[in-house]
Amino acid sequence: MFRLLASRLIQGVFTLLLLFTLTFVLVRLMPGNPYVTEKAIPAHVLEMRKKEAGLGEPQIVQYGIYLRNVVLNQDLGILFKKDGVRVTEVIKSSFPVSLTLGLLSMGIALIVGIPAGVVAAVRKNSLVDYSLMSGAMIGICLPSFVIGPFLAVTFGLHLGWLNVAGWNTWSDWVLPALTLGLINAAYLARLSRGGMLEILTQDFIRTARAKGVPGHRVITRHTLRGGLLPAITFLGPAFAGMISGSFVIETIFQIPGMGQHFVNAITDREYDLIQGLVLFYGILILAANMAVDLLQIAINPRLRNAS
Amino acid sequence: MIFTTRIVCLLVATLALAACRKETNADRGTREGVFIVGNSNEPKGLDPHQVTGVLESNILRALFEGLVTGDGEVDGQMNPGAALRLEPDETATVWTAYLRPDGKWSDGAELTAHDFAFAYERILSPKLAAKYADMLYFLRGAEEFNKEKTKDFSTVGVEVIDKHTLRLTLRGPTPYFPQLLQHYTWAPVPRHAVLKAGKIDQIGTNWTKPKAGVMVSNGPFRLKSWRVNDHLEVERNPHYWDAKNVSINGVRFLPISNSYTESRMFRAGQLHATYGLPPEMVKYFKANEPKLLRQEPYVGVLFYRCNVTRKPLNDPRVRRALSLAIDQQAIIDSVLPGYTKSYAMVPPMAGYHPPQVLKFDPAAAKALMAEAGFAGGKGFPRLKILLASKETAATMAQAVQSMWREHLGIEVEIENKEWTAYLDAMQRLEYDFAASGWIGDYLDPLTFLEMWMPGNGNNNTGWDNKEFAALIEESFKEADAAARFRTLEKAEKILVDEVPALPLAWYSRNYLLDPRVKGWSPLLLDNHPYQKVRFER
Repeated sequence: MFRLLASRLIQGVFTLLLLFTLTFVLVRLMPGNPYVTEKAIPAHVLEMRKKEAGLGEPQIVQYGIYLRNVVLNQDLGILFKKDGVRVTEVIKSSFPVSLTLGLLSMGIALIVGIPAGVVAAVRKNSLVDYSLMSGAMIGICLPSFVIGPFLAVTFGLHLGWLNVAGWNTWSDWVLPALTLGLINAAYLARLSRGGMLEILTQDFIRTARAKGVPGHRVITRHTLRGGLLPAITFLGPAFAGMISGSFVIETIFQIPGMGQHFVNAITDREYDLIQGLVLFYGILILAANMAVDLLQIAINPRLRNAS
Repeated sequence: MIFTTRIVCLLVATLALAACRKETNADRGTREGVFIVGNSNEPKGLDPHQVTGVLESNILRALFEGLVTGDGEVDGQMNPGAALRLEPDETATVWTAYLRPDGKWSDGAELTAHDFAFAYERILSPKLAAKYADMLYFLRGAEEFNKEKTKDFSTVGVEVIDKHTLRLTLRGPTPYFPQLLQHYTWAPVPRHAVLKAGKIDQIGTNWTKPKAGVMVSNGPFRLKSWRVNDHLEVERNPHYWDAKNVSINGVRFLPISNSYTESRMFRAGQLHATYGLPPEMVKYFKANEPKLLRQEPYVGVLFYRCNVTRKPLNDPRVRRALSLAIDQQAIIDSVLPGYTKSYAMVPPMAGYHPPQVLKFDPAAAKALMAEAGFAGGKGFPRLKILLASKETAATMAQAVQSMWREHLGIEVEIENKEWTAYLDAMQRLEYDFAASGWIGDYLDPLTFLEMWMPGNGNNNTGWDNKEFAALIEESFKEADAAARFRTLEKAEKILVDEVPALPLAWYSRNYLLDPRVKGWSPLLLDNHPYQKVRFER
């Protein structure tokens, strides 16, 4: 167990270093630079700016300096287009918002998705199953930029129950959390239905039934454990994705989260911000995957013995 | 199950109850005197010496006041601002500003001529690397100082006569100088606050950051709160010289980047004014709620840059033909509601008459093409229209594509690039046609003409016309405003005869405004002074 954790950690560090290096090279391969703006900056000003920001150095030197700052000072660098703003400040101010939204959405996804999948599996090929699964299919197929405005127009404009956008009161959390949560609930429902069905056909379930174990106990005690494994595997990265923000949801509902920085940083060629966000997201994904591994070991005895 | 039902009932009840609170944000804003506006995006900063965008200028206009201040109703009219009087000499080269003796910063400190001199030295300091420093090149010696040809600021035409008198010596006659002074680059900055936060030419000090305390400014409002990507609010500045005549208590700027979200927010009563409006929504509001819709001319022009260093675009006849084959009205009718046909480059403004040269004339276009050796489009290479992936640009390009096919028999391709990649390609002259636009910085034709000078950083076409450049240079020496306009008209005639850029339309601003907002009149620069805004309750 300990060895597994340690090896995972070491792998993680290497993955992050690789990610860091790849991002560093890729962002600089993009056409343009942080100082390309619609109204051209005078040449002498551009020179001064590049010098000041350290972009005049050879790239390998820039790489070394940046890596050293990240490792030794946990400093992710600066924003080139916003004087005096640091990457860590951007993450610090936007991550709590995305985390709140992500946790709420996760809650909705779990509360709606898993029971829906389980019920659909138990009532396989019934009307309940078909309606739940068509609902899930619609949830998967409809993009968030359709669901979001639909919810906003319905509950915000027509019914007037909630604000159509903004992030000021708790009621502002409802619509974006529903949008993000329902989409993930749809995936979860399908995955848990599939997983449940697979377990339900196993011999040990038949044995349990033959031994006279009541139906609900067969489900809760014997099937859920194994049946939810695919859903749990999906949950790790999905959770990391949800708490790191969504560009589309944030734009539709005007939320000061982290997702929009992923996209805008690239358009703005904010090299350090891209690098910082990729690194932060990388750490989240690694941590989530590790948590999933541990959870799976806890649930699945076969994995426990293998480790 | 019963438990779940109860929870659902409770939730629905709460929401229904919440729906009963009928006072919207806009209602509350009206009651409390806070004007809530969409401002398109998060500002890049609040230092008037570092930002360059329109959305930042909207905020800076509330925070800072230059020597003069724009009128809320009459375009081009200047009212006294931080200065009581501004007096030119007979050649309009030396301008003396007499500051208000009672002028104060928002922290109560005295506002003096030294603050202005400090501001001009700061923005021109080479190490500060201000992107808009060239706005001050009108000052004598400013360019040399900014480009480090001298380190002595006393060579620049800025002179503090006494605490309340400032003398500015310009590089030549500039009768339109008050127009320039409206731009935020000419605003004063608080010397005491800037120096407390760092050196005069230090980039990124925290004097504009809300966390460092209250940001000091001299305009009708001062910074109240700023939450990144959420809102920025300014409140009444009690030390403003005309505070008693400022009707509203504050302005709340929301960085709403999606114009559909913005119009939803407006309809739900979360805003008093939007920043923009998508074309199809313009149609909707025109038909259903015309009282809310505002469509106003805005000094800006849309055009296609031609790369004149490439064949066959190096031939003015070809460019002219391409321009004459564009049916501007058809494009305007379908995707640019409120815009107007542009027969030249400079949008019409008081006293200046752009030459009426360009119009839709397919027969003349065909003849010109034939004259250039491409009769019926034969032998014309497959050129590309470069554009950035923004909403209407692609639709417009498709329209132009089909017009050129129909009237000239030529085929062009559309190349859609991401914003920075597009700018990079354009600035490197790696394109044939580039879909572009230009918004005036100040209300004078020069802001639309100077960019076409050879070597100007915003030319980006390779067009280099000596005669045009000479006329622009000549206008720099002209003290008589009318004579100067005639010279500029002559220069523009050359520009539109040669068409290094094919004009497509003159801008209009489409937006929504709460009818309770008063004191908000159409202005060509869209630079409404917030101190004039009031609410009708």
